[in-house]
Amino acid sequence: MLTYVSIIVAGLLTGCVYGLMALGLSVIFGVTRIVNFAHGEMMVVGMYAVLVLNQKLGLDPFVMTPVIAAGLFVGGYALQRGLVNRYIARPEHEQFLLLLAVAIMLTSSTLMVFGPDARNVQVDYAYDSYEIGGVLVDKVRLLAALGAVGGVAALWAFFRWTRTGKSIRACADNQVGAQVVGLDVKRLYAVTFGIGAACVGAAGVLLLLLVDVQPYIAADFTLLAFIIVIVGGLGSMPGALLGGLLVGVSEALSGFMVLPSLKSMFSFALLIVVLLVRPQGLLGRRA
Amino acid sequence: MRHRLDRRAFGRGAAATGAWLAAGAWRRARAQPVPLRLGVVLPRSGYEALIGQGCQRGYDIAVPILRDMGYAVELMNADTESKPDVARTQAEKLIREGANMLSGAWDSGQTAALAQVSEQHGVPLVINIGADPKITEQGYRYVFRNFPTAVMLASGALSLIGDLFEATGKTPKTAVLMVVNDTFGQAAQNAFSVLIPKLGMPFRLVETIPYDAQARDLSVEVAKAKAAGAELHLAVTRLNDGILMLREMVKQRYEPMGVISPGAPGFYERQFIKTLGKYAEYCFSNNAWMDPNQELTKTVETVFAKTFPEDPFDLNVGFSFEAVLIAADAHRRAGSVNAQALVEALRATNIGKRVMIGGAIRFDAKGQNVDNRLASLQIRNGRPTVVLPAANAEAKPVFPVPGWSQRT
Repeated sequence: MLTYVSIIVAGLLTGCVYGLMALGLSVIFGVTRIVNFAHGEMMVVGMYAVLVLNQKLGLDPFVMTPVIAAGLFVGGYALQRGLVNRYIARPEHEQFLLLLAVAIMLTSSTLMVFGPDARNVQVDYAYDSYEIGGVLVDKVRLLAALGAVGGVAALWAFFRWTRTGKSIRACADNQVGAQVVGLDVKRLYAVTFGIGAACVGAAGVLLLLLVDVQPYIAADFTLLAFIIVIVGGLGSMPGALLGGLLVGVSEALSGFMVLPSLKSMFSFALLIVVLLVRPQGLLGRRA
Repeated sequence: MRHRLDRRAFGRGAAATGAWLAAGAWRRARAQPVPLRLGVVLPRSGYEALIGQGCQRGYDIAVPILRDMGYAVELMNADTESKPDVARTQAEKLIREGANMLSGAWDSGQTAALAQVSEQHGVPLVINIGADPKITEQGYRYVFRNFPTAVMLASGALSLIGDLFEATGKTPKTAVLMVVNDTFGQAAQNAFSVLIPKLGMPFRLVETIPYDAQARDLSVEVAKAKAAGAELHLAVTRLNDGILMLREMVKQRYEPMGVISPGAPGFYERQFIKTLGKYAEYCFSNNAWMDPNQELTKTVETVFAKTFPEDPFDLNVGFSFEAVLIAADAHRRAGSVNAQALVEALRATNIGKRVMIGGAIRFDAKGQNVDNRLASLQIRNGRPTVVLPAANAEAKPVFPVPGWSQRT
């Protein structure tokens, strides 16, 4: 029994980080209606950034999370303002091609600079765990989950209480109305893209504590992010977090109870069930 | 009588000298064999890159060492990107570019692709490392393997496990097996399921846990292994997943009597030891290994240490060197680069002075060397140390191993 509880706890903790990763995708789509097919690649860039800083300066990844998030915010803002903005009104397949090209360029760049080998950060507490009532909790996973929850909370507070956040929500609700009242929609779209990139960058820092980074993992995480946001509801922030938790737990339990190599199959099964029963996602709104 | 050296005489003398020199050069050129062009196909990028690059170092140092021994080999290198389909296309490309022989590819799936290409094109293949038994069970005429099959590795590794229990007087009753779910892992798993009862091993396999070769996280798999409650942990891993597995075992405070890798890569790799530090200590790896008593081993190790001072001298290097030695030896005896002559020479191979532990390198009717032998290595003070068989041992084995919290 305790083993099952440990597995579920580990799945929930990992799911929190997945949720933060997928949140960026959901935020970008919810406001700009652009699907960021370079999502996983941006995360890998964040992972490599923290790897380099850790090796050069010896800084702990948690300390670097706001820095990496800020750096990716700037990158995301510039990308949207300089390139993606021109495609807002274009057909979806052109948007897909653009962001796919960005994804390929990012993967190739990381491959050229860092090579194909898997790398990770070494932290003193990498092997630590807590025992709480007989349940073992991995310290790194717990800290990563707390960081993810903190990130989600900060984002929620931003959208709820800041002027810019409210403006972005206004754009998402009614773009024409937002323009009529004088909001700079283009700038707000760029800020949103930056926020999405910052989310995925922060998630990348936290994920690097759990998995090794190499250029080829980007596509897997892009796909995972899509599954999570579709399950949770595209454009829904709580949906992204819920989707992350569900996928994290389903991977953990299915791997333990059935076969570890079938973990991904259950995530896809969950996606299919949601699409059949509630196509807008668990917490999404009908179109 | 005085002889005057005029222009005609000088010209005649120069022409005669030139003709004599040219005749000598022609004779010398005719005496030198055409070098063997060996196409080397390895995973030098992708998830097996670290190991593929290790093998490449073995091929690279073989050329100058064998040149000094009178062999003539040139390498043509290709990268499989750790994918069988790329291995196939790269092998075909090397053949189009003039490779007389192929060698590679470390990974069993990629090696199987090479074997098919080799057979289709009638170009001999010398396998450096690749353990799937099926590769030499297809009736191929052009494929030669100097590496033990998964069955031989499993059988030899299990025998050494029995020797370990005998040497230490401690015998676990149950074991769990975590196995990477690729061509090699599946072959090993099948071999163990047959050999454990057949060899009368004293433990029972209570759980077998396959996992994805490219898994990013093995927490669930290790939790399952811990829940099985077995006394001994057997692991058929690669390098990265071996590291992930050990890390999770420490985090989950899963402390079996010992962790043994029977015939698999990973545990003896320098990256494994460097990344895990004290937690890599006392891990066992039962594998083919270099024979410290062979003169050629000492020569190769010395040259390797000078050429690649930061890199490990391990079985990837040893078997890759031997692959070039086998190819070059066959080429010298064949006296040509003709494929049929090379194949006949390979079939007649008999190399006593070698690098790896075992008898002389010879191939049976299926192209398999059946006389490689295994050693049991235990990581001690950050180094893979031979602990069995006793005749080759550098230290006594430690079993059961200290718990994670007792490591310093």
